[in-house]
Amino acid sequence: MEVAIFWLLAVIIIASAAATVFSKNIIYSAFSLLFSFLGVAGIYAMLSADFLAVTQIMVYVGGILTLILFGVMLTNRITMMSLKTDVFNFIPGLTIAAVMLAGLLYVIWVTGTWASDSPAAWDTTVETIGTLTITRFLLPFEVVAILLLIAVVGASFIARKDKQKIQS
Amino acid sequence: MKLELLGHLILTVAIFGSLFLFVAYAVYFERKVAAKMQNRVGPDRVGWYGLLQPFADILKLLLKEEIIATQATKFVHTLAPAISVIMAFITFAMIPIAEGFYIADINIGMLYMMAVTSIGVYGVTLAGWSSNSKYSLLGSMRASAQMISYELSMGLAVVGVILITQSISVVSIVESQTENILYWNIIRQPLGFLIFWIASFAEANRLPFDLPESEQELVGGFHTEYSSMRFALFFFAEYTHLIVASSILTTVYLGGYQIPFQSFLFPGLDGWWLVSAQILTFILKMCLFVFLFMWVRWTLPRFKYNHLMELGWKYLLPLGLLNVVLTAGWLLIYDGF
Amino acid sequence: MFEQYLPVLLLIVLAVAFGAGSLLLTGLIGPKRPNQVKNSAYESGMEPVGTAHERYSVKYYMVAMLFVIFDVEILFMYPWAVQFRMLGLFAFIEMILFIGLLFAGYYYIIKKGVLEWE
Repeated sequence: MEVAIFWLLAVIIIASAAATVFSKNIIYSAFSLLFSFLGVAGIYAMLSADFLAVTQIMVYVGGILTLILFGVMLTNRITMMSLKTDVFNFIPGLTIAAVMLAGLLYVIWVTGTWASDSPAAWDTTVETIGTLTITRFLLPFEVVAILLLIAVVGASFIARKDKQKIQS
Repeated sequence: MKLELLGHLILTVAIFGSLFLFVAYAVYFERKVAAKMQNRVGPDRVGWYGLLQPFADILKLLLKEEIIATQATKFVHTLAPAISVIMAFITFAMIPIAEGFYIADINIGMLYMMAVTSIGVYGVTLAGWSSNSKYSLLGSMRASAQMISYELSMGLAVVGVILITQSISVVSIVESQTENILYWNIIRQPLGFLIFWIASFAEANRLPFDLPESEQELVGGFHTEYSSMRFALFFFAEYTHLIVASSILTTVYLGGYQIPFQSFLFPGLDGWWLVSAQILTFILKMCLFVFLFMWVRWTLPRFKYNHLMELGWKYLLPLGLLNVVLTAGWLLIYDGF
Repeated sequence: MFEQYLPVLLLIVLAVAFGAGSLLLTGLIGPKRPNQVKNSAYESGMEPVGTAHERYSVKYYMVAMLFVIFDVEILFMYPWAVQFRMLGLFAFIEMILFIGLLFAGYYYIIKKGVLEWE
């Protein structure tokens, strides 16, 4: 049962990721990304990383994809144009993909033994995450706050620039 | 009472069926309430007191022609109402209707409900976009912006409850609010309740926040270009949201299935009697909220869009932050540092 | 256990079946008499002018952008809230700092007038 669901999710993720890349219509690209994100959330849930799964949905599906859709909808007639799905930037793209693959394979190689069973106890991860963010990972936690602050300032800067453009 | 897996599966089917019935009758109930408030009779032709009206409506809409405008993107246009109604239904999965009677109790239940709601926004967004009509697109832009804005305040209000309960599981949230009314979160978190309640009006797209479908300016908003069962699914999703929002409010703030002063009033209650009494309590509390939603709808006028966004971002969001800080500070004093 | 997700899956299957079923059914039994006027976009009885995919106010985009930022911040609060009563004063000070930074950003966007809808 679990194996079947895993394969189902894997097929959904890869198929919709492929659809995102190859689709000629930008809305369909964005839309298939939705299923890709949901599939990844499903994988997280199966790994008993329940908090991560929900975070994946709330941030990526609820936030970032909405942002992308808004961007597409707000842009003048972009939805009418068909996208170029030809290959360009072939060498840099291939290089980046190769490096990524090598990195992943290296990590797989280094990690000697993998747990092949699902964790015996489906304990909640939230409590551990809560303790760790306040104790061991305190500095990254506060750095995240500063990073988000910078993001807010950056976002409002973009908006202001737009306003000036309209006035002039 | 403890249920086995099979019990939970049977319960899932039962809850789905009753949710369906409740939603159908919520429409009838709303029409009756509206009629009473405006001194009319309301539906009374089909069946006894018009009680078969919901089924007549469904049958009628099933038999109508599907009109898909030529300029629409057909595939997305078909998918959008389905997304809306599916997401509305599966939000209910975490809500316990009696002690031990729930579809699932997952550690992050509260977050699950928020996450599913945030997927539900896509139904509206895609409906507006795929219709390729000005009214629809404007309505759906308004709807998505409004829903994500109020989701923030909703999330913040819930943090206050989680601080007290120390768990995100919905079942623990209900269990922490005992039969003693003073332990209900509406008493412990009045500010949080108010924020959550106002935000759920916006999430359910109901008056006074129903700008996405304001009839006078946008015809029907995002569902202007929809007909037959496709329209009915949006309508269904809206009323499912109403029921689910009332259930969540009941569960999180009004003690869920907890019968007030049960050990004092009904000391001998146990077994199936207790379960039935708890389900009944849950339904009554939920209906109270459903009625409040309707009462507000037929009483208050609609907000202006800038006022709506101002309320969400400039009042509810800072108030939500304040609520978190106050609750944490109070708990610190209460637990003695 | 993994089994606790099974009823949720069943509910999803039921909901999908309902959604897909009613869409299929209405497509099968509904009449089909399309004509050009019926299938044109509704614009209060006028001939549709232009396309709907015009430019819209950038405000909507701003709202989505700010939503992502604040959503991430609120998500950080959940694990903290669960563990707060275990960790006590230290966690409180940490979160005051976190919320303080969040509020600084919030104050900035309010003062900049980013969220002013005309």
